[in-house]
Amino acid sequence: MAKIVPKKTAMREQPAMERTKNFNEVPYGYSEQEAIQEAKRCLQCKRPTCMQGCPVEIDIPGFIDLIAQRDFRGAIKRLKDKNVLPAVCGRVCPQEDQCEKLCVLAKKYEPVGIGRLERFAADWEATQGEAPVPKKPKPTGKKVAIIGAGPGGLTVAGDLIKLGHAVTIFEALHAPGGVLVYGIPEFRLPKVIVYREVDYLRRCGVNVVFDFVVGKTATIDQILHEYDAVYIGTGAGLPWFMNIPGENLNGVYSANEYLTRSNLMKAYLFPEYDTPIVRGKRVAVIGGGNVAMDCARTALRLGADAVHNVYRRSRKEMPAREEEIHHAEEEGVIFDILTLPVRYMGDEHNWVKEMECIKMQLGEPDASGRRRPVPIEDSNFITPIDTVVCAIGQSPNPLIPQTTPDLKTGKWGNIEINPETGKTSKKGCWAGGDVVRGGATVILAMGDGRVAARSMDDYLKTGVW
Amino acid sequence: MYKVLKREQIVPNIHLLAIESSSVHQNARAGEFVVVRADERGERIPLNLVDWNKDSVSMVFMEVGTSTSKLASLKPGDEIATLAGPLGKPTEEVQGKKIACIGGCYGIGALLPVIRMFKEKGNHVTTIIEARSEFLLYWQDKLREYSDEFQEITRDGTKGHKGHINDVLVDYIKKNNVDMVYVQGCTYLTYLCSEITRPSGIKTIVGLNPIMVDATGMCGVCRVIVAGETKFGCVDGPEFDGHQVDWDNLIARRKIYINEEISSLSFYECERYG
Repeated sequence: MAKIVPKKTAMREQPAMERTKNFNEVPYGYSEQEAIQEAKRCLQCKRPTCMQGCPVEIDIPGFIDLIAQRDFRGAIKRLKDKNVLPAVCGRVCPQEDQCEKLCVLAKKYEPVGIGRLERFAADWEATQGEAPVPKKPKPTGKKVAIIGAGPGGLTVAGDLIKLGHAVTIFEALHAPGGVLVYGIPEFRLPKVIVYREVDYLRRCGVNVVFDFVVGKTATIDQILHEYDAVYIGTGAGLPWFMNIPGENLNGVYSANEYLTRSNLMKAYLFPEYDTPIVRGKRVAVIGGGNVAMDCARTALRLGADAVHNVYRRSRKEMPAREEEIHHAEEEGVIFDILTLPVRYMGDEHNWVKEMECIKMQLGEPDASGRRRPVPIEDSNFITPIDTVVCAIGQSPNPLIPQTTPDLKTGKWGNIEINPETGKTSKKGCWAGGDVVRGGATVILAMGDGRVAARSMDDYLKTGVW
Repeated sequence: MYKVLKREQIVPNIHLLAIESSSVHQNARAGEFVVVRADERGERIPLNLVDWNKDSVSMVFMEVGTSTSKLASLKPGDEIATLAGPLGKPTEEVQGKKIACIGGCYGIGALLPVIRMFKEKGNHVTTIIEARSEFLLYWQDKLREYSDEFQEITRDGTKGHKGHINDVLVDYIKKNNVDMVYVQGCTYLTYLCSEITRPSGIKTIVGLNPIMVDATGMCGVCRVIVAGETKFGCVDGPEFDGHQVDWDNLIARRKIYINEEISSLSFYECERYG
């Protein structure tokens, strides 16, 4: 047996000083040599624990072994058996909380770089010309509608088209990908990757209809007249604000707006593209999640002199991935932890010019298990700013629940499902991802899609709800 | 891509745009809007629906910035990149009321489906349209068809009453027992009409036009403060009670990108005309 190599093969990336001046991807990805070297670190466990950590059940040791043997074609094929978006997941999955966390090596050393290897295999395939499309299965004659072309919807589409069902995706925006395209910035996930994966699904026979706002253009009931089953994967599109004074001043953005302008509408290329964005010089990004890191790093790339990340707990409680916080720190984002904005002040033209914050300290653990932040009396202070991005979370978009009375929803407007099957309270309707979970992750949405697709296939074959 | 069936300038700077669509019409109702994007680099902008059928939808818009200049240069057979809708909440349907409907600018066109609905529901409809001069008024015949009374106002007196909406509306609500006022047009007109009716407390519904991006409730740029609460223009509106709207905030928020809009237009004109 080969000797254990304690550390992951390093991945080269754009230096921090350089990359804050462009929107190009930060890590370069492995070369073939680096990938093989990393793949050989895998112990090929007889009972691999890593797989238990994968919401879409990828054969992890299997694809890694193929890379180690230089069979890259075989490796990507093995990945695609379970994952329609390997190039995406290799980049944005929180592997440190999933597969890599459970890697046997992780007990004493660094885990195998499973995400990096997944990314390598998918990127290698992209250099080999158009990915071959599997042979078309015998049509079942059943029609499926998927609402939302995000990661969950694309997973359902990929699974059901392979089984011979006719699949149509209805997307509200003018581009596919959902949060992968409007939310995650180019420097973390180049859009061409998403479009390539969607193009593959289209070549497999998936029909994608754009500019179709389900709940308005047609209701779920109208769609059910024409389709045998519906999957709702519309995400968490309703931005939250803190409801503090001054949030409607000019220059105060929701994270959704800030990122949608920059990513989907390409406002970072204004005026070549028509959609503008405020290029603030002193930017405050509120919140400690991945979305907040994306906003802060976008603000730097848009030319800010100082970007403050304002978070009410301590760095340890930040929900963002360590890698994202690290990248943001390297790039010069200033972290104002244990700090809570209490109001924004504007100038005579209604533009935000100052932010008043209060310092916090950590008290007893709250319901989430994290220590509750408590304001420190008389610790208020004022900072001059010209742009605020509020990245404190979002809840599901209400357009579908509002127009589908028999669809049961919970307290936050989230659609309620049976987690074993993805079935909603409405016959013929499944749901998953953020519209069920609130703000979660790409891979959990894909896992939900996998579960629902299995249940949908059963229903389409048997007619039993 | 969506095919342009018709694009014509109705009066200077005001255009009618008809786009091929087989899906928007089925749920479309008066007071709703669509989002359009002229080309692949274009901005998503909301336009009021003025008419729809199983093959097409029509909108009226004013040429003012880059996006509307692009739309204003379209010819039949051209294509636009995005057409999504219907969006927004439809106009609340009322019955048996006496309603004064006011339109200015592109709002004259936007009134059409609303007064048609009001008329069909058995309301008494008085339509008042206003412009600087006679040559900027349009669609009088179409609007008259659904109006019990019809008035025109021009600032220079070339047609109808000479003057402003103020004089006419103040006089009209004094002499008539009006249940409701409905206004479509620029922010200034909607604001003005709301202030005119505020002392009398006559319910005044205004169609607002905050900046939008996705227009499905996702981004929140279209925030409007109504009765002290933050509402989203795209999904809670675009029509609100004019007496409850925070006009200072709305007017300021309309100007967020004024500098960018100007530079974008010069960039576009340079590219287009050299």
